[in-house]
This record gives sequence, structure tokens and C-alpha cells, in this order.
Amino acid sequence: MEKFTVHTGTAVPLRRSNVDTDQIIPAVYLKRVTRTGFEDGLFHAWRSNEPDFVLNQQRFNGASVLVAGPDFGTGSSREHAVWALLDYGFKVVISPRFADIFRGNSLKAGLLTVMLPEKIVQRLLDDISDDPSTQVTIDLTERQVRWTGEVHEFELDDYTRWRLLEGLDDIGLTLRHPESIDEYELGRKPWLPSLSDTLNAT
Amino acid sequence: MGKTLAEKLWDSHVVRSAAGEPDLLYIDMHLVHEVTSPQAFEGLRLAGRGVRRPDLTLATEDHNVPTQDIFAPIADLVSRTQVDTLRRNCADFGVTLYPMGDKEQGIVHVIGPQLGITQPGMTLVCGDSHTSTHGAFGALAFGIGTSQVEHVLATQTLPMDRPKTMAVTVNGDLPPGVTPKDVILAVIAQVGTGGGQGYMVEYRGDTFESMTMEGRMTVCNMSIEWGARAGMIAPDDTTFAYLKGRPHAPAGDDWEAAVSYWKTLVTDPDAEFDAEVVLDAAAITPFVTWGTNPGQGAPLSSSVPDPADFAEESDQVAARKALTYMGLQPGTPLRDIKVDTVFVGSCTNGRIEDLRASAAVLDGRKVADGVRMLVVPGSMKVKAQAESEGLDAIFTAAGAEWRQAGCSMCLGMNPDQLAPGERSASTSNRNFEGRQGKGGRTHLVSPLVAAATAITGHLASPADL
Repeated sequence: MEKFTVHTGTAVPLRRSNVDTDQIIPAVYLKRVTRTGFEDGLFHAWRSNEPDFVLNQQRFNGASVLVAGPDFGTGSSREHAVWALLDYGFKVVISPRFADIFRGNSLKAGLLTVMLPEKIVQRLLDDISDDPSTQVTIDLTERQVRWTGEVHEFELDDYTRWRLLEGLDDIGLTLRHPESIDEYELGRKPWLPSLSDTLNAT
Repeated sequence: MGKTLAEKLWDSHVVRSAAGEPDLLYIDMHLVHEVTSPQAFEGLRLAGRGVRRPDLTLATEDHNVPTQDIFAPIADLVSRTQVDTLRRNCADFGVTLYPMGDKEQGIVHVIGPQLGITQPGMTLVCGDSHTSTHGAFGALAFGIGTSQVEHVLATQTLPMDRPKTMAVTVNGDLPPGVTPKDVILAVIAQVGTGGGQGYMVEYRGDTFESMTMEGRMTVCNMSIEWGARAGMIAPDDTTFAYLKGRPHAPAGDDWEAAVSYWKTLVTDPDAEFDAEVVLDAAAITPFVTWGTNPGQGAPLSSSVPDPADFAEESDQVAARKALTYMGLQPGTPLRDIKVDTVFVGSCTNGRIEDLRASAAVLDGRKVADGVRMLVVPGSMKVKAQAESEGLDAIFTAAGAEWRQAGCSMCLGMNPDQLAPGERSASTSNRNFEGRQGKGGRTHLVSPLVAAATAITGHLASPADL
């Protein structure tokens, strides 16, 4: 995973709430077995059916920050939604509230999801709509979002912040403690289900 | 202070706990399907890692399955490649797989409980948000993304921050014709799609205690639709009776030991929840959705709401957008909404009791002209059971299509899809835009409402027949 420290870029206002992961990337794109190349599926229905959709507006071309309404990323657990946003060029999504699974996926894959209070997100939406060239800075070191005259702190736990700043992947971190897993396994209940019989039979 | 059920499940699976770090949780069972696993297996290969516990990992094929032709190779080459990739990965890494055509194949959340692999007290994960289904057994079960699938394959653990706890308490008898699906749709309409975010939810009260295991699974299945990390119901005699004798359930002395442990898996009387939601069972009626998220639902007896009537501006905007997509006018009685398609199936309502409920309504009746009805069992075992009871004959005599097991029309990944503009009454779990096919319009309903709707051609309950 790439390290994330500070990102500055222009932003797209997505004034919709409850943007579910079926909208971020429809199921038909989930048939692929690769990890990259999902940008064509991002918001596919909205991009193809709505000429005025924000990603179809030239003035927002090249934006790397997505600003959305509350409850972004609800529904399916598909991490492809995060990959599609990254592949399209987004580094950060800002919303008043994210669905848990989407947020977990994003912070593991290196897409920074930032929560700000709804009225501040509203102001940011207005400002970037008025002036699409507005430069928005997301500073993970200081846990701040900054744009023309505005500075707002956001919350992110120290551990996740450290992991993102260092670009560390979770599996490597877990495997630093193999003895804890070995020890736990010795105490598991003997009746817990196992596929070992099935495995031996095949 | 005592502990809630969720806290007991959490605490008994902590492998490692350190200040300032997420807890490392042990995962007792990892269910795998073809859609969210290929990139995880590829990650293992790239890192030179293996699957730590293939004996605690079970794979099946469900999302891509063509339910009309399960025994032939998949015609769609992209889908076929995905399924072939799962087969190769399971062979390479030593994971048990129930492929299309196998008698144990089915939707991942249907086969786990059916095999007795889902048991009280366990942690269970799957790269699928409806993993919350398994919480019906008093297990901690939740959906994960592909990065986490790889993590569990490699380590059999997951680093997780402990969510808060919430109780959803419903007491009283459900009125006739009201099903567990109606209960959970009513809960979601009350709390909204984000109401459960950050919580492990326990469904409590005699309404849930009176439900069968399959009803409880329907409720827990849709926990994710209101944002909850997990949903669960304390195990009781109903749970134990369901499990006894199943292929992977404990047997002999193990059974006795297991049951005495399982009986401790209840929320202590002095435990406290971080939040509570209360509903009155007697006030719940057959529920359907009118919009494009599962929280946009209303009693079948009511009308399409006027967006202007919502208090929050964001809800007004969302409702207007939903009604435009759904092609509905405010004030239209929900019963007047005509459908083209009825779908009975999915991990929400594709079990034997769901099929029995629909069949009982359809018995001796006909699906309305111009309406297509698909009945898709959740697993090949459910299919065999239904056929042994003659349910397939009732469905086909009524004019419905009887299919093989898979996710089918719950999501647009296989040939079962709505055409643009088509409208369905569906027993599945999501009415998102395009969920059942590009441009398709979905009304979420119970198996009873689905069957009555198929007969009348418009949203209806059996009482309307």
C-alpha cells in the first residue's frame, strides 16, 4: 500500500445521500478476477444515463477528491467500489458518514475516507460547486481538511493513521505475532465445526 | 456489570489485545464465494503465503450461477472465468468447494446453517455483506471486503475495533400474515439505512423468540441494510433443535458440552446496551418498499409518500430522486402498483419455509397474465426438499418458473435480471437502482406478499385474494 501523508487536489460535489456500492460499481463489473482496471464501472449507470452527472461535467475533470452526502458506501461489501474510485483517480472521499464495511475497505486499500460534520460538508459542496478550481488539502499528519479560508479537523484513530502514513498492510502486521494465534488455537472448543473430514475424503 | 451477548462473543475470540491497536479476533469459519475471493487468493500467491486453516474455510458458487442451466458450463465467458478461477484457487490452496451441480451447492448463507457449520458462539465471516444472516444462531457474523478475505485466509484472524452494542426489542404476537421479513422492513423504515452504523445488534424479545430459525435468519440477514456491523439472536431450544443431527453439528458427549456452553450465550440481566430501539409486534403489518433503499418502505395498506412530507431536506431530495427512478406518483396506493416480475428466493427468503409460504398462497391459483414469476431455491438441498413436498408442482401449475439454486435475481450478475423499466416484487434484500438489472425497479416484499402479488398482478397480501 502507498503511503498517505498530504494530498491536495480539486474536488467533485456529489450531492446524494445513501450512495450504495451498487451505484459506485454495478454487479456486472464484479465478474472480473483482476485487482485493477475498474474505472470504467465507476458510477456507470449515472454516468451513462445522466448527461449532467458531476463526473460528466468538464469543469470537474481531473478532480481527485470526492465530496458526498451522508451514508456513503452502503450495501454490498464489494471492495471493488474502493478499487473503482482509486482507479478513476480519487485519493480521498469526504462525507458526513460512511457505511462501516466500505470505510473499513477504503482504509485497508489506501483510499482515505474523511468524516466531517454535515454542515461543513455542505459548505465544501457549495464552495467546490461555485469554484471547481478550489484546491482542497487533506492532511493526514495534522488530521485536517483545508480549503480557501477553511480549516477543519477530522477524527481518525491513531493506529489507522499510523498504518496509512507508513503504508503498512494489515497482514504483515498480524504476522508479527504468530505465537498469539498458535496459542489461541490450542484453547478452541473441540466441537467447533471443521471441514477436515471433507478435505480428507477428497 | 454483566456482558451483552455480543460482548461475550467478542471477548471469547480476542487473540491479542494491545493499547492503541484494534483487537485481533480469531475467525472460527470463513465462507468463500467466487466474486470477492479471486483477488485475495492472488494476493496470497504474490506474497508467497498459504491458507492457514483450509479446514475452517468453505467455498461455494452462487452469485454467477445460471439457475436454468446449472449443470452446463456458464455461457457468459467472464462469469465462467470467475467460477473457474475459484475452482483453481480451491484446488491450489486445499479449500473445500461445493461447485455448481453439487448436491450441497447453494447460496453461501443458506448452506452454512444447513450443514450445521453455523453454530452458536462462533465468529464467522464471508466476503459478502449478508453474512449477518448467521447471527441468527447466536454467532458473531459479519461481511468483509476482499483485503480482509485475504487477511483471514492468511492468518485466520482479523484486526477489528469493537463496535458498540444495540438492542432491538420487539415483543408481542405478530398479526396473521405478518412475517419476519415485514418485521425487519419495519425496523429499517423506522431507524433508516444508517441507523445501525457502528453497532453490533441483538434482536430481543418474545417476537424473535417465537420465530423459527429460518425466520430469525431473515431478520439477521437484513441487519446490514440498516448499517449494523452484525445482527444476532441469543441461542435457545429452537436453535439447538435446528442444529441437532446436522452433518457438522457436535454429536455424542460433544453435543452435551456444546449445549451447556451455548446456554451461557445470553445477555446478562445487568448488562447495558449503548442504544435501544423498541417496536410493538402487534402494530406491524405487511410491509413493502416504495423507493431505492431498504429504508424507504411503508405498510402495504398505505400510499406512496409525498417527498415534501419528510422532515429532513436530505430525505426529501432522496425521496424525490427515488420516486423518479421508480416511476411512481405521491399518493398512489401501494396496492395499485402493478408488477412485471415476482422473484421468490435469495439468502433473505430462499429457504424451505419461504417456499412453503409462497406455495400455500399459490396452491390452486394462477400467476396473473403478463406476470413472470421466478421461484429459486437457496440451495440444492432446499430444492430437493421442496420437490419431495411437491412444492415445485404447485409453482409450475400456477405458471411460475422453478429454478436451480443460486443468488439469481437478487443481483445482476447472472442471466436472471429485470429489463430496463421492468418492475418486480422481490423477496430479496436490496431495492437499489439497477440492483436486479440495469433500469429495473424493485419492491422488497415477504414471500406471502410475493405470492399474492403474482396472482393479482399488483402489490397485494394474501388477505386481498
